[in-house]
Amino acid sequence: MPWIEANANVAVTLTVNGVSHRLELDARVTLLDALREHLRLTGTKKGCDHGQCGACTVLVNGRRINSCLSLAAMHGADNITTIEGLGTTDALHPLQAAFVAADGLQCGYCTAGQICSAMGMLEEWRAGWPSHVGEHAPAEAITAAEIRERMSGNLCRCAAYPRIVEAIQRYAGDEGAST
Amino acid sequence: MMPFEYLRAGNEADALQAAADRPDARFIAGGTNLLDLMKLGIERPPQLIDIGGLDLRTMAETPDGGLRIGALVTNAELAAHPLVRARYPLLSQAILAGASGQLRNKATTGGNLLQRTRCYYFYDPASPCNKREPGTGCAAIGGFNRIMAILGTSAHCIASHPSDMAVAMRALDARVETRQRDGQMEVRALDALYRLPGETPHIDHTLAPGELITAVVLPAPLNGRQRYRKVRDRASYAFALVSVAATLAVEDGMIVQAAMAFGGVAPMPWRDRTAEALLIGQTPSQALFERCADAVTAEAQGQGGNDFKITLLRRTLAACLTDLTGNVP
Amino acid sequence: MTEAIVKMDTPFADSLLDRVPAPLVGTELPRIDGPRKVTGTARYAAEHFPDGLVHGVLLRAPFGCGRITKVDPAEALAMPGVLAVIRDERMVRNGGGFAGAAAPVQGVEEVAYFGQPIGLVVADSLERARAAALCVRLTFETAPGVFDMVASRETALPPTDDIFGLFLIHTEQGDVAHAASEASALVDAVWQTPSQSHAAMEPHASVAIWQDGQLTLHGSYQSPVVTRDQLATVMGLEPTQVRILSPFVGGGFGGKLGVMPEAVAAAIAAQQLGRPVKVVMTRQQVFEMTGRRPMTYQRLRLGADAAGQLTLVQHDTITDQLTGEVFFEPAGLATHLLYAGANRQVDHKVVRTNKLLGVSMRAPGEAVGQLALECAMDELAEALNLDPIEFRLRNEPERHPETGVPFSSRALVACLKQGAARFGWPTRSRDPGAFRDGEWLVGYGMSSAARGNLFGPSRARVRIEGDGRVTVETEMTDIGTGTYTILAQIVADLLGVELAQVDVRLGDTDDPASAGSGGSWGATTSGSAVYAACSELRVRLAAAAGAPVDAITLAGGVLTAPGIRRPITDLVGNGLAVEGVAQPGESNTRLNQTSYGAHFCEVRVHAVTGEMRVARWSSVFAAGRILNLKTATSQAIGGIVLGIGGALTEELIHDPRSGKVVNRDLGEYHVAVHADIPAIDVHFLEERDSVANPLLAKGVGELGVCGAGAAVANAVYNATGVRVREFPITLDKLLHGLPPLTSATSRT
Repeated sequence: MPWIEANANVAVTLTVNGVSHRLELDARVTLLDALREHLRLTGTKKGCDHGQCGACTVLVNGRRINSCLSLAAMHGADNITTIEGLGTTDALHPLQAAFVAADGLQCGYCTAGQICSAMGMLEEWRAGWPSHVGEHAPAEAITAAEIRERMSGNLCRCAAYPRIVEAIQRYAGDEGAST
Repeated sequence: MMPFEYLRAGNEADALQAAADRPDARFIAGGTNLLDLMKLGIERPPQLIDIGGLDLRTMAETPDGGLRIGALVTNAELAAHPLVRARYPLLSQAILAGASGQLRNKATTGGNLLQRTRCYYFYDPASPCNKREPGTGCAAIGGFNRIMAILGTSAHCIASHPSDMAVAMRALDARVETRQRDGQMEVRALDALYRLPGETPHIDHTLAPGELITAVVLPAPLNGRQRYRKVRDRASYAFALVSVAATLAVEDGMIVQAAMAFGGVAPMPWRDRTAEALLIGQTPSQALFERCADAVTAEAQGQGGNDFKITLLRRTLAACLTDLTGNVP
Repeated sequence: MTEAIVKMDTPFADSLLDRVPAPLVGTELPRIDGPRKVTGTARYAAEHFPDGLVHGVLLRAPFGCGRITKVDPAEALAMPGVLAVIRDERMVRNGGGFAGAAAPVQGVEEVAYFGQPIGLVVADSLERARAAALCVRLTFETAPGVFDMVASRETALPPTDDIFGLFLIHTEQGDVAHAASEASALVDAVWQTPSQSHAAMEPHASVAIWQDGQLTLHGSYQSPVVTRDQLATVMGLEPTQVRILSPFVGGGFGGKLGVMPEAVAAAIAAQQLGRPVKVVMTRQQVFEMTGRRPMTYQRLRLGADAAGQLTLVQHDTITDQLTGEVFFEPAGLATHLLYAGANRQVDHKVVRTNKLLGVSMRAPGEAVGQLALECAMDELAEALNLDPIEFRLRNEPERHPETGVPFSSRALVACLKQGAARFGWPTRSRDPGAFRDGEWLVGYGMSSAARGNLFGPSRARVRIEGDGRVTVETEMTDIGTGTYTILAQIVADLLGVELAQVDVRLGDTDDPASAGSGGSWGATTSGSAVYAACSELRVRLAAAAGAPVDAITLAGGVLTAPGIRRPITDLVGNGLAVEGVAQPGESNTRLNQTSYGAHFCEVRVHAVTGEMRVARWSSVFAAGRILNLKTATSQAIGGIVLGIGGALTEELIHDPRSGKVVNRDLGEYHVAVHADIPAIDVHFLEERDSVANPLLAKGVGELGVCGAGAAVANAVYNATGVRVREFPITLDKLLHGLPPLTSATSRT
């Protein structure tokens, strides 16, 4: 049967890193493709396009999600934060700096996802959300075992894993010390 | 993804009306499974009705001590909810044993119940699959079937259900509230939501076209201890090979209540009330638990590559029951 | 442009790197491209948007062997925004080889494996192209294929090519049959390893742009010049008409060496449509139509005398590959040289199957070969009632056991001893299942590691600008390996400038050609080319300052010599540029060059379910000078984790009826996740290898994976008493050997 696209476009305003963008999009455009292809915010990566690698992780209203498994049209009311919204090469966010210092990256392709995921993950930790590892008091310092479990939705084929854990722990420790 | 018309429903009535107008439309909430399948061309709905704006995000205690969970409550919120952690730790454990933090933030309660199988052959349109395309055959039979089901299968489909959350909910006797196209509310036991494949494996569930899941209701928790034990190929972020959800109450050295459900082994979250009955009134013992495990697996049938699931299910179940009763002789 | 050549004909006794007052080389300098990667500003192949860009989606063959008889594009072409359904005989069926300009196998009619590319749909948006690809109707004839290597192993034949002499096909010394009959202890068993996928996080992607008869391609390639030459051949162009840019590559592991189908398809489509075309493979396509590590069937026969001396080392391996392809998995590579023993045989054979192309994957041959060899060594040590380290120490050869050639440097013994001490190996019980912690059975395992060190021709241009900034330009890539940083360190040290003054430009085929990223030789070859250029620049600077070059010190942007102190900017005029050339020579063949290591790990196995957890890890390596301790350690960890995955979870599954990749996504192809990996202790020994190259460094990138999986397997055995010889060791393979339920669940 012939496919008719007449009604298959949507208008949506995406608010990304505090900036609103009015877009006319094919309804099929995912949040990930809207960011990368339409807004040219290519810091967010496409690794699998099926929620199986975490490279596309962004924060939506502070919560981490896989942007590949969401339609852009579903996010008109949301505040989206991508890696470009954290720091710049001249003024790194402390978590970004911790990744560089600990060498929590190699090829760099999963890195933005790891960092955004870690931001969201630490917020979940502070909210007292439990994990498969167990329960905790919100004020507790996060352990390596907890970080590993909670970050398992972010694959790294270069396997910077131990150093990503180190970076997150270092950052979380500094945060804890400063608050 | 084939083209579709995207509608955002402002309220339940709009959503139901839109669905009534287009019987082949699909509701979308989290989208974590539906979009995944649409990208591969496995699902091709001509219209998506976004129900993300509906007022189905609340959780509330019911008058009889149970819990009513709005269909749009995310998996993450559900697992972290203080009432769930206190009264239904099994459910919290099951959710946290599944997927990833990102997916749990997006996936919803209603959507999780309706996720489709992860059978490799279902997931590739180039393979015959009766679930995807009725009448084409089952490539999993005679193929690589390590992850397939051992219970409740048919000659037409051996796919297993992937959910962890639904397994816990089945052990907890959850009920599903829906709205029909005409706005009529329906309540059914979770058991009755699912269908075994039989000769029609393409029909996963009993929802009518346009019927919308609005809530899941848990009855007051059983007494005793609860546990969800999942066995998988990675330490995290992998579907269950076998999982066991169990609640067990022991009084005066005797088992007085038992409920168990199993994941990774059947086309739906599996429950075996005969095996549960074996436990009631008995003194916990290793021998009893092994008899119970034997009963659960009595009808199990492997396809070669997944034969190990029978042994694994037996061992995991018996160990889980042992855990729930403390050290037993 | 002046050329400066370093040719390795004689040992390099005196490296300039050892005369630097406060060297950056060898330190834990953070990678200089780090800030760009953590901010998302490093641009990868798919992140280029030339005007008029359109999107291509590859079509695949939905069967394992046969012929496409008809393609009906009508429905797809009728869809809005669809520009073309392209089927062009120049399109490649198989990916290209890791070297040379030869065209890969081309064509879109004959189907040799399930999932092979057979066309491209182009539309003005990704969404439209992807939907149209679902609507192209194919008619085809299937033919019987060979899909099961093990079942067809009797048809195995010797490989047709020894890959520049790197992969010896068959070697033998002494009399293996006699040695087997005389041995006091013998292990004779078969180990099997499955196909594996490189699964780099960045899918293969190309953006092709034609302008005035020139093709520019932004691609994700480890060795852009090889890709360029192959692409030129395929397109019928001169290499000078093609430019490939790969400044950032999201992981390679061997899967992005030769040209891959998406680049060719993008180039053809861009040519045909007169518009830039982007083709990004879906993750499923990466699994189905790029390349895989071939599966292996390895028979190991090891024999020893009563004193624990190996008398027999026999390794007969079978692997699989598409008909006509020369690459084979050289699983016996390390067996040639790891241990002593007079009677030896290493043999390779290939079964021709209709399955995805076999290509190099991180430590080809050695990764899977040592998985088998090091497990067999563990078994023989047990048969001899020897500690596995002691057994290895007794069989340490003084020279290459086959050729008698000396080793350039070999610190295996030190790695074994120091690793044992770091790990706490002496506390291990030799009896399987002896150590238990609650429901977990605890085992320790170890293995040796060896990876051949290679050297190849490489070029790099180093230019000191008039303002004192230094630019390094080479076609070499950084695929996560640390090249940007390492080259900058070498330049900063040898020219005495601040690191911040150094710019490194990589991955552009218009720049001097390198040896590329692969074979663990990227840092040493490109670093040697930079070394050569800097050596000559030092001569020029010394001459300009009127000082003998041996007397100069360069530091802080200033040249000093007795009685002389001159800023470098005074000496370079408008700028000074030299092209450095590294060339292999006689010393690379006269001595055997290999990096070594030893792995130690603790694995916990759940007594009820067989779930496995790697709980603790120590490795010690010796790989010559370590150029950057931070990035080298990361490389080592990466290799070790790949080894852990290979031992426990990774298997690219082929359907036995069609060869189809069954688990073609990252949900079901199980690479290790965070939760699978503990803290990993890595230690490098101080070593200099003066035969290897002017840096006195050896390769690091692939060493970590060598033997790592065997340490895991040996630990699983130590925990459970179960020897699994068919990898990966998934829990279903352990169930039969776990304690009965009654004792499995007891808490004692």
